[in-house]
Amino acid sequence: MKVNEVLDAKGLACPMPIVKTKKAMTDLEPGHVLEIQATDRGSIADLEAWSENMGHQYLGHKEDGDVLYHYVRKSTDSENKPEKKHDQVVSNEDLEGRLNDDITVLDVREPAEYEFGHIPGAVSVPLGELDEKADEIDKDKEVYVICRTGSRSDMAAQKLAEKGYNVFNVTPGMKDWNGNVEK
Amino acid sequence: MPKAMKAQEIARKVIDKEELFILDVRNQKEFADWKIEGDSVEVINVPYFDLLDGVESIMDKLPNENVLVVCAKEGSSMMVADLLEEAGVTGVSFLKGGMKAWSEYLEPVKVGDMSDGGELYQFVRLGKGCLSYMVISDGEAMVIDSNRMIQPYLDFAKEKNAKIVQVADTHLHADHISGGRALREETGAQYWLPPKDATEVQFDYNKLEDGNEITVGTTKVAAQAVYSPGHTIGSTSFIVDNKYLLTGDILFVESIGRPDLAGLAEDWVGDLRETLYSRYKELSDDLEVLPAHFANMSEVQDDGKVSAPLGELYKVNTGLNVEDEGEFRKMVTENLPPQPNAYQEIRQVNMGKLTPEEEEKREMEIGPNRCAVS
Repeated sequence: MKVNEVLDAKGLACPMPIVKTKKAMTDLEPGHVLEIQATDRGSIADLEAWSENMGHQYLGHKEDGDVLYHYVRKSTDSENKPEKKHDQVVSNEDLEGRLNDDITVLDVREPAEYEFGHIPGAVSVPLGELDEKADEIDKDKEVYVICRTGSRSDMAAQKLAEKGYNVFNVTPGMKDWNGNVEK
Repeated sequence: MPKAMKAQEIARKVIDKEELFILDVRNQKEFADWKIEGDSVEVINVPYFDLLDGVESIMDKLPNENVLVVCAKEGSSMMVADLLEEAGVTGVSFLKGGMKAWSEYLEPVKVGDMSDGGELYQFVRLGKGCLSYMVISDGEAMVIDSNRMIQPYLDFAKEKNAKIVQVADTHLHADHISGGRALREETGAQYWLPPKDATEVQFDYNKLEDGNEITVGTTKVAAQAVYSPGHTIGSTSFIVDNKYLLTGDILFVESIGRPDLAGLAEDWVGDLRETLYSRYKELSDDLEVLPAHFANMSEVQDDGKVSAPLGELYKVNTGLNVEDEGEFRKMVTENLPPQPNAYQEIRQVNMGKLTPEEEEKREMEIGPNRCAVS
């Protein structure tokens, strides 16, 4: 899985995995994803609770043998209070109703976020890669852009609109998505 | 340096109702699930990961001295205890071995003497609400409803110069892993199980059946088996020395057993009623009821013992006073508390179908006991 930084906390007992994560998150750029490798099973519940308290996004964890791989994304300041600018906006429910139509659902979150749950059939292009990958998106279809809170997708929608796409921003986004999810 | 406090010291404080202030630094979910409880215990929860930058934010919630910090295993409580001491709190301690150690600690409490000079002890597992027993008579001992940790029984028997020769479980447990087989391996004792609970077990055992008399010591202290189904189909009680009634998970001091942990509540509710409202009624009111669990600290007496006369329970235990059969059925099959942590896996372990590592066994048992209808 593509991540921005990796922290090795294997073999460390509580509280060290969190102490180290805290430090690593301070140095991490907003929006980036940190992978934490740990062997202390207590880290599962603690990292999730800690992330929530800190306003970070705990994406999930995977296991391979004795090693736990946690994924935490550092939120950007603007994210929790999105400033909407793109004018074509639809709700989660609107999008759910149109999923059977011939449309493109574009998920602009980080690959790790996408991996831990996305709308079936959604195309993954992280916001940071949109400029270089925009050409891969079909211009003849309506594009519904989604992220976690409607903030990154708003920026993406504006970019795509400039390039001539018929694009809609989906709000509030994946954090409140109640429809089907694929992992 | 903060002092390491052993689970044993905390158990004594809880039983003796000594004041104890606890700062529990586990995450909120674990704290909500279970914690150290007692009449004289005050406990607050602030996760350790909210205290990484210091403890200033919680100083107004703490006394100036004698704070016990607890966490899951130990490490985080040591860190927070250090921070508290730096912030000027005196008499700071942390729970040695964390809540794991608390969950596993057994406090032996003497129940009473027996007619031939033998003794009966109750092992109170405060952290989990489990009660187990040791009958000692003339150099021999019998352990009933043993916990997974067998060392305390071995040590105690040795201290009493007794050899463990009999081991029994009143039923196939769903809330804790039985130490029965391990005790047999260690001591060569006979291991008794009710055959109706043991249809799927993967090991040899002695069939514990109604009317069996299991003798401990050379004299006539017998554990007399009384078939008493309801919590499980095989549940069997013991009458020891015509004085004590070991009820397993059928009857507790403040509540009664639940019939649903083997997935057959509807089938067993009739048996449960029959046992509680007929079979036990035929027994002497003077028998001292000794259950395999307690759910509330109010069931623990001043000396740490959990017991009550059978006649008394027929007056005060609400589970024994539901006249209407339909209402009784409803009470024990609807609105039951959540099932114990990992209860299905625990049953498999007790049948010998699963053999997890020690650490996994520990994980399975973590959390509160929930064998009662309350």
